Amino acid sequence: MNNKKNLNEQNLADSLRSQGISRRSFLKFCAATASMMALPPSMIPAIASALEQAKRPSVIWLSFQECTGCTESLTRAHTATIENLIFDSISLDYHHTLQAASGDAAEAAREEAMRENWGKYLLVVDGSIPTLDMGYSTIAGMSNLDMFLETAAGAAAIISVGTCAAFGGIPHAHPNPTGAYSVYDIIKRYGSSGTDGVSAASIKHNSAGSVADKPIITVPGCPPIPVVITGVLTHYLTFGMIPELDHLGRPKAFYGQSIHDRCYRRPFYDKGLFAETFDDEGAKKGWCLYKLGCKGPTTYNACATTKWNNGTSFPIESGHPCLGCSEPHFWDGGSFYKALSMPTEDLSKTAIYTAAGAAAVGVALGALNSSKKSTAVAEHTKTTIDDLEK
Amino acid sequence: MSEIEFVSWVRGPGFQLAVIIFVAGVIIRLLEIFLLGRKANLAEARGSAMQGGLRTIFTRSIPDKGTLKKSSFKIVSGYIFHFGLLVTIFFYTPHILFFKDIFGFSWPALPSAMVDALAMISIITLFAILFDRLRNPVTRFLTTPQDLLVWFVTIFPLITGYMAFHRTGLSAPSLLGLHLLSIELLLVVFPFTKLMHAFTLIMARWYNGAVSGYKGVAS
Amino acid sequence: MTTSNSVLSQFNIQSTNEMTWNVIPLLHQIKHALQNLLDNNVSEIIDLRSIPLAPGEEDRLLELLGTGEVQARLNALGPSEITETRYSGVWLITHYNDENEIISRHIEITTMPDILLSQTQDMSIAFQQLTELLDEQNEQPAQPTDAMTTGNQV
Repeated sequence: MNNKKNLNEQNLADSLRSQGISRRSFLKFCAATASMMALPPSMIPAIASALEQAKRPSVIWLSFQECTGCTESLTRAHTATIENLIFDSISLDYHHTLQAASGDAAEAAREEAMRENWGKYLLVVDGSIPTLDMGYSTIAGMSNLDMFLETAAGAAAIISVGTCAAFGGIPHAHPNPTGAYSVYDIIKRYGSSGTDGVSAASIKHNSAGSVADKPIITVPGCPPIPVVITGVLTHYLTFGMIPELDHLGRPKAFYGQSIHDRCYRRPFYDKGLFAETFDDEGAKKGWCLYKLGCKGPTTYNACATTKWNNGTSFPIESGHPCLGCSEPHFWDGGSFYKALSMPTEDLSKTAIYTAAGAAAVGVALGALNSSKKSTAVAEHTKTTIDDLEK
Repeated sequence: MSEIEFVSWVRGPGFQLAVIIFVAGVIIRLLEIFLLGRKANLAEARGSAMQGGLRTIFTRSIPDKGTLKKSSFKIVSGYIFHFGLLVTIFFYTPHILFFKDIFGFSWPALPSAMVDALAMISIITLFAILFDRLRNPVTRFLTTPQDLLVWFVTIFPLITGYMAFHRTGLSAPSLLGLHLLSIELLLVVFPFTKLMHAFTLIMARWYNGAVSGYKGVAS
Repeated sequence: MTTSNSVLSQFNIQSTNEMTWNVIPLLHQIKHALQNLLDNNVSEIIDLRSIPLAPGEEDRLLELLGTGEVQARLNALGPSEITETRYSGVWLITHYNDENEIISRHIEITTMPDILLSQTQDMSIAFQQLTELLDEQNEQPAQPTDAMTTGNQV
């Protein structure tokens, strides 16, 4: 307990020095961090001075309806020494998969962390939150919704990691049997009303924080690129601020460019050289995958530059069209293998059926018109200017 | 509704709705015209109606000298933008893929840069056409709201397509969705406006040619 | 950060030699930075992670830059390699973690990369440590000779 308090008072520079790490090593760490945060190298001095002041905040990680892929991705963020430093520099007080404690002890740890750091801890969420039957997903008998609202009330900021937390993801896909929603939607729907008061009272905090005005950072992807997750966390830890976000709440540093605009196969797109199937000559030569359904043009993520597995490759480089996994609704956004310019429904069938129906209607109307005409002729009806202007 | 949901809707149900209205509208209108019928011409044929009709469909595309001299801007600008529209719609790779999905076959594309240039020329020409139409007091007097609507639904897909190609102005999914929506607007408005000229033009030229051909005169 | 040629061939990834879209522009950028360094003494850093490189492009770029007279190896939170390329003033810096995975790679156009310079903080600590060492050396011979000599200051 005492040790933890001391560690929380220490800043990162102190912590490194006490571990016998030289300033040169610290500068190497800052250089790698700048690269990881997609910041220009000119920012390294700023990062160095910011990290020197940075305190060791508490982080609570809540996992809801998720596949654990995001946690897997994060633990694959193998700039291992660097990540160890980051994790040593944050106090990851609660994480189902990574923590040793379980059951009541785990929940007690969460509640204590919340109490001690009320208003200052970082809340990281992965997985979407069900709203139909609370029994769909519970932790220690508490529904995801209640746990989220209770924990969010005292958070300094909320980070939704992965497309499930960011936009709803797989659970949210049609027909959404659990009524799953993203963190952002949950806050919009339930944020102002807050918790039922019972759990809040049990935490015994001074101020009841409103969930509705918490800053939210969305880090989508299925899963997000490991260094993107750590980059966002590091940015917050380094500067104590939210990075610049786009209209969907995604950090522009990583999600500011579309895959299409940074794709190395773009010259092939511009020249009109496309792979038609997965194993034709074009595919073997690495031509553009637009015709095979690539969603690169409408997807914003860092895959084309930062790539995966320490910059080894990314789906398009491996020959598979982009799925658009960092965009909302991508599971229901039409076939993964239908080009973006193709309609998702069967229009030829629609057209044929409509034509058949229209032909029938047309013939009927023709008959009607002709009977109107013969009646008019028989009655010697005068033609008026209105008839001509019809 | 998120951007991608919007794109999914315009790619899916939106298109279906637009196609239904378009196909039904065009067929019903064309059938109504056909089934109107004509009184049988009891005079003896002096030439071939069919030949006259077919020939006139093509010869009408060449403007006669007098008209060309008097309305050179209207005729030339009309040809330019129609040509640009045709190339942009039918010879740009993503559009060809669209038709391939509907018809089952495709054809070679033109370089995208060429299509881009032609699209820009068409847009400029359409603006010039509107300017000319509103500047001339006679044509301005004759202009109805429907004319302006038709002008708008024709230029809107060109502009949104240009923006989508250059990926400027809005986020990429919004640009794509807007472009698809503009096409759907065009399809929905088509059967109820003078855009029907795309089909009736053939019928009108044929009719004029056939009547003259039957009489044995040139048309 | 990069796939070595053996990895490329193992997975049958073909790197195209004809189109090196980023290599030539990058070389131009390096050339301009070198000019700027010569004229105005301004250094520049190019982060290779921020540029979308096709398979084989990074290898091609590094091949073109080559190796020059200086090769330094850093042991700080994992190894780092600092190499002056065959073009003087153009340095390649690669940072590895403890598992020899690349965590950062950039090209620095400078007279001396900052990471090689000894840091004031580290030198202060070194000074303290040397002082302590020498103090220890002073004390050690003093103990056995204390009984033998009196008042001798070393």
